[in-house]
Amino acid sequence: MGLDIRWPIGLMFSLIGILLVGYGLITVSDTEMYKRSLDINVNLRWGLVLVVFGGAMLLMAWRGSKQAVAAAQKKA
Amino acid sequence: MQSVALGFLDYAILAIYVIFVIGIGFTLRRYMKSSSDFLTSGRSIPAWVTGLAFISANLGALELVGMAASGAKYGIATCHFYWVGAIPAMVFLAVFMMPFYYGSKARSVPEYLKMRFDERVRALNSIAFAVMTVFASGISMNALAKLLNQLLGWNYHAALWICSAVVLVYVLKGGLTSAIYTEVLQFFMIVLGFAPVVYLGLRDVGGWDAMTHALNGVSTDPAALHLKEAGTTYASNAWTSAWQPLLAGPKNNPMGVDLFAMVFGLGFVLSFGYWCTNFLVVQRAMAARNMGAARRTPLIAAVPKMLFPALVILPGMLAVALASMTGKGYRVPPPALEASAIEAAATAVKAAPQPALAQLIESVSVAQNGVDPKTGKAKKLIGFDQAKLAEVLKGYADKSIEKAETKDRTDFVNALSDTVTDYDYDGVIFSLVKRYCPTGMLGLALTALLASFMSGMAGNVTAFNTVWTYDLYQAYIAKNKSDQHYFWMGQAITVVGILLSIACAYFARNYNNAMDIIQLVFGFVNAPLFATFLLGMFWARCTGTGAFIGLFGGIASSAVFHAVTIASGNAPGVKGGYLQVVQTFPSEMAQNFWLATFAFLICLALTLSISLITARTKSDKELEGLVYSLTAKLKDEHEAWYLRPSVVGVLLLLCCVILNVIFR
Repeated sequence: MGLDIRWPIGLMFSLIGILLVGYGLITVSDTEMYKRSLDINVNLRWGLVLVVFGGAMLLMAWRGSKQAVAAAQKKA
Repeated sequence: MQSVALGFLDYAILAIYVIFVIGIGFTLRRYMKSSSDFLTSGRSIPAWVTGLAFISANLGALELVGMAASGAKYGIATCHFYWVGAIPAMVFLAVFMMPFYYGSKARSVPEYLKMRFDERVRALNSIAFAVMTVFASGISMNALAKLLNQLLGWNYHAALWICSAVVLVYVLKGGLTSAIYTEVLQFFMIVLGFAPVVYLGLRDVGGWDAMTHALNGVSTDPAALHLKEAGTTYASNAWTSAWQPLLAGPKNNPMGVDLFAMVFGLGFVLSFGYWCTNFLVVQRAMAARNMGAARRTPLIAAVPKMLFPALVILPGMLAVALASMTGKGYRVPPPALEASAIEAAATAVKAAPQPALAQLIESVSVAQNGVDPKTGKAKKLIGFDQAKLAEVLKGYADKSIEKAETKDRTDFVNALSDTVTDYDYDGVIFSLVKRYCPTGMLGLALTALLASFMSGMAGNVTAFNTVWTYDLYQAYIAKNKSDQHYFWMGQAITVVGILLSIACAYFARNYNNAMDIIQLVFGFVNAPLFATFLLGMFWARCTGTGAFIGLFGGIASSAVFHAVTIASGNAPGVKGGYLQVVQTFPSEMAQNFWLATFAFLICLALTLSISLITARTKSDKELEGLVYSLTAKLKDEHEAWYLRPSVVGVLLLLCCVILNVIFR
């Protein structure tokens, strides 16, 4: 049905990922804050994971839409 | 539990999530033209989407919270709910049952029953299902609102209404498609939100081997951590082996369950009854775009389901391991003390002379749990570490704790909670989130929690509106109306369904005991269900009268079974044995599994025998496409192996066996 769910999933996780990476970079010297996550800057690292995941979803959605257009043109 | 403060970023992540799910609803709105678009997605969705939605609808928050709790209480044996109690049934649904559900063109499970049997069976099933979904979603919403209240200090009513409103908006706009699409989004949200917490927990305890080592120590003396009564002892692998403690008998595993009840009761009766007949999950597969996609739906869902224990059970085990390690400063969270119980303790501290410890515990327990009218004492005593409690009382005797909202008062409440040795296992997962997540990650994990609640509620609501519109309204109230009329009814009942869920949430909040009874009754109704489907799908001779009486007999026999059995440690009453105690089971879980087994067998025997003595009302021709022996087999030999359900199903079962062997 009309909407390829990979678009919103990709967009949402990229957006959240970018926010987390940004915040992770701002707070990179805040060792006190990251004590609870065992001295790992989880915002930065997990933010990157989310950006990669979101990006992969967007890529798949984009390729899917190109294929759909190509298929439609072939028919025409 | 102390509440945590959310930062701006946490709210931003939460807001982004809400905007996206509502956005999906609004985007889909223009495709909603008929009742089938709205209620059955017009059968147009690809298999990977329905597959992930299938698992997400099942992964409501009660599952997330409850499985971590069971992981803490019972250890790795909780995985049986996945590797024994889910995967085989999901494979069976895909290979054997989906062809009939999808091929019959039924729009719901009750409608299939009507085609196969008659109106009576459909009415019984659809009414029970409709009531059950509303209650299930109410219970889960109540749990959510309570949790947000305890965890974040949010207002109970606001949390309840706002979450329901979000679900209402996207389901009302985009119907089942919207629910399925957002469930996929929620699936990824739950996995990506909780995975880092599990990773950090595992790192904190020092890896898998360190966790196993710690849990071995816990197993030999679970009473030291207040996990079991004093004197209980198990073999050292009780928390870390799935099968060996089970084989050693109910006295030797923390679940208190025997092998037969586990494999037959859970693995066959309960699990097949849920996965193969519950419209909540089956509906997702029925929305797939073709027969192949419908059959692949449960198989695709089985892959994450098989791996989920790492995400939902492991945290519970990590929590117990952490709690057993000195120097980690972690404890399994205590239940939240009621304001009145805190007040009772504060008054006792300030009294001169202070009351004796036993007397204090009694009065605090009365304030927390109420009075048992028979004995005139507290219904249940709160467990306290008495030495610690005495120290707290002494320490606060000369501090000012009368006024709420002061630092001394807050410290006192925390110190008091810390002496409680009862556990709120449902709080385990959030105690870990709180422990490891800084601002940012915290927002992500909480959004994942909200996502799981919303996917559960949306799942219930979309199943409810379909059953109401097609199986109750169209069948019995207003036949032969235009499709636009049913489309309108589907939307109207969505609003009603959510309002009813909210009402049930309030009911669950105020009448906890009544809720226990209602859930009990649903247990009775569900227990025999699979016998009816099994005979109906695989035995053409099975008649409507046989099925109907069999179902009723099964339900009645579970009620009787419950009235004459009890789990050890429980007093006769709501928990069973109120007529007479004929059999005592080592645990409630064992009692449940045996109850299901009993009801299933009674239903099977009744349906069989009554079918044989009643005349068939449906000819072979009418049963074509509904019964196994009268339906042409689906040919898929020419397809690639990964598109053939039987091949994939066997592979999945094989993986499942391997997992069981690894964690035996």
